[in-house]
Amino acid sequence: MTATRDGRAPNSRPRVGLFVTCLVDIIRPTVGFAAVKLLEEAGCKVVVPSQTCCGQPAYNAGDRATAKDLAMQAIDAFEDCDYVVAPSGSCGGMLATHYPELFAGEPDMAAKAERFAAKTHELVSFLVDVLGVETVAARYEGTVAYHDSCAGLRELGIKTQPRRLLASVEGLRLVELEEAETCCGFGGMFATKYGELSNAIVSRKSEDIRKTAADTVLAGDLGCLMNMAGKLQREGSPVKARHVAEVLAGMADGPAIGESQGPKQ
Amino acid sequence: MSAVATTSKFKENAHDALTDARLQGALVHARNFTVRRAAAAERLPEFEALRDNARAVKDHTLAHLDLYLEAYERKVVESGGQVHYAQDAEEARRIIIELCRSLGAKSVTKGKSMVSEEIGLNQALEAAGIEAVETDLGEYIIQLRGEAPSHIIAPAIHVTKQDVEQDFRKAHRDLPATRDLSEPEQLLAEARSVLRARFLAADVGVTGANFLVAETGTSIIVTNEGNGDLTQILPKAHIVIASIEKIVPTLEDAAQLLRVLARSATGQDASVYTTLSTGPRRPGDPDGPSAYHVVILDNGRSSMLGGEFEDMLRCIRCGACMNHCPVYQAIGGHAYGWVYPGPMGAVLTPSLIGVAEGGQLPNASSFCGRCEEVCPVRIPLPKMMRHWREREFERHLSPAPFRYGLGLWAFFARRPTLYRFATDLAARAMHLAGRGKGRFSWAPLAGGWTQYRDLAAPEKTTFQSQWRAKSGAVK
Repeated sequence: MTATRDGRAPNSRPRVGLFVTCLVDIIRPTVGFAAVKLLEEAGCKVVVPSQTCCGQPAYNAGDRATAKDLAMQAIDAFEDCDYVVAPSGSCGGMLATHYPELFAGEPDMAAKAERFAAKTHELVSFLVDVLGVETVAARYEGTVAYHDSCAGLRELGIKTQPRRLLASVEGLRLVELEEAETCCGFGGMFATKYGELSNAIVSRKSEDIRKTAADTVLAGDLGCLMNMAGKLQREGSPVKARHVAEVLAGMADGPAIGESQGPKQ
Repeated sequence: MSAVATTSKFKENAHDALTDARLQGALVHARNFTVRRAAAAERLPEFEALRDNARAVKDHTLAHLDLYLEAYERKVVESGGQVHYAQDAEEARRIIIELCRSLGAKSVTKGKSMVSEEIGLNQALEAAGIEAVETDLGEYIIQLRGEAPSHIIAPAIHVTKQDVEQDFRKAHRDLPATRDLSEPEQLLAEARSVLRARFLAADVGVTGANFLVAETGTSIIVTNEGNGDLTQILPKAHIVIASIEKIVPTLEDAAQLLRVLARSATGQDASVYTTLSTGPRRPGDPDGPSAYHVVILDNGRSSMLGGEFEDMLRCIRCGACMNHCPVYQAIGGHAYGWVYPGPMGAVLTPSLIGVAEGGQLPNASSFCGRCEEVCPVRIPLPKMMRHWREREFERHLSPAPFRYGLGLWAFFARRPTLYRFATDLAARAMHLAGRGKGRFSWAPLAGGWTQYRDLAAPEKTTFQSQWRAKSGAVK
């Protein structure tokens, strides 16, 4: 580990602020705890500043004012962190590429957003590219297909990093989707605003998944995963969907996304 | 008034497309373009550098468009041709019809031109008593069908071989009814022989242009069928219809752009025919038109210069963005409801016909970014679609329930303490309701989601509340 920005000794643990993302926060906290485990095992001190949403729903809806407010809120909340890490390429892309764009023309805020963007990473690429993690100590019995979520792939260049770490998971067999780089049809509000179109796209994705022998589909974004899981389940497919962090952290023993969490209360 | 738009009915159009089994069958073939483009890019080590260069050429041209337009005009005049400027579709149609009338034209052959679709030229010519015959095979097919192109380079991509056979049997009634038209080669041969007579009979040939070269006054078209050559060489007059952003400074610049055009479009290293035409026939030329006119159309483009949509004017109409778009792949081009479909259409259409009419298109995108990834001139298409959404939002054009929902969400998202409390409460309630099954097959306000797929139920409480409880216990 190299020296951190505040000049602490190279050996001290970097302070990583977990940007948990609103979907993980509300729907699947397991992914957040998996991220904490992976980061701590890689030698980080993890903190979780009070947070809400990165603002992407507003940004993509054309509501720039709200997006800016939420961006400033996030930038301030993570002020004292050496790094900001999100278990999502989509939210990570918002923080790392779109925040500076939001403040174009406002030099002070833009500089602040640039500094924030520079210390922000998606979880798996942070582990591999920044911390130099090469293997994980995890076991997962199954044949797994990895879907490249669009923002992670195209905005942040996440492609090899998750595959490299998955290769070190004992018992896991990785198969490639024919169209791993094709959108699953989630797209945030798009999935509900244009539900029928989104459905056509995710149907194609579930067909692609079913064509492989995979029993599990993994991705780095909960939104895409909920979309794919929801479609597979509606179609009666037994394929499980999990966030890649759950598998890498060895925390994939609980119910998969959308699976029963115990008897009805 | 340009070509008639049904863009405001995009959702209904998309529904029709998704439930049209014949169309869905035809659209599968469109996906071949993506494989071919990838292979072409792979074969050429300097492809990415060429894309950068292509973007630079276009940016430079747009920054000095007035100068290059004037230079181009001078060269056209020097070579014996004439340049006409049309501010809008109506003016362009009028100029072309007047030119046809002055030449006594009864029949016009046409090379493929999206600008001609944009101004609704065929309908205008027919109304003026002048027969217009499309000579690109795909364009010919859709003209017989009374349809508009569904793709900017493959206009009949939505049509099946069986459809074409039926169309030809209906249109070519003087040919024997017993002839075999089951193979594409037979259809092609029949179209070729029918069109040959049309080429020879035409008084005027109208083509578009892929590039207008300022240095020489040359217009360039690329085709795979050679129909453009016959369209512009055989009749006594050649009319080029092109929009202002087709200008490039030099032949070398055009060559640079040609290197990325075909590779991005069809995965070919070059189109089969690249045809340059400069002015009318000169004394001693073996062939060529005796009159040469260029109609340069603005139709709203100059107002894009210097604004947030200027990058869109770099577009060289290769179609790569639509070939790679999951939305286009699902519904084809007609659902977009106007001339230009796919991501480039989603940006350009609101610019040309207004955001009130075309506003749905930039919304109907998952922002997957694949269009920008493959665009040869690196147009930031998702970013510009987002600009349109911003304009809609500012003008209160987005649907009211959507705005209220967003406003309510923003109210909480701006107040972290309240947000944590509210989301935890919601997570707990939804967990209790959904934990047995682990998911919902119906949820209030999420019909667009749950109509088609299940919705995962939350795990108990939020991450933030669990984390706080945990770190509190540690402390």
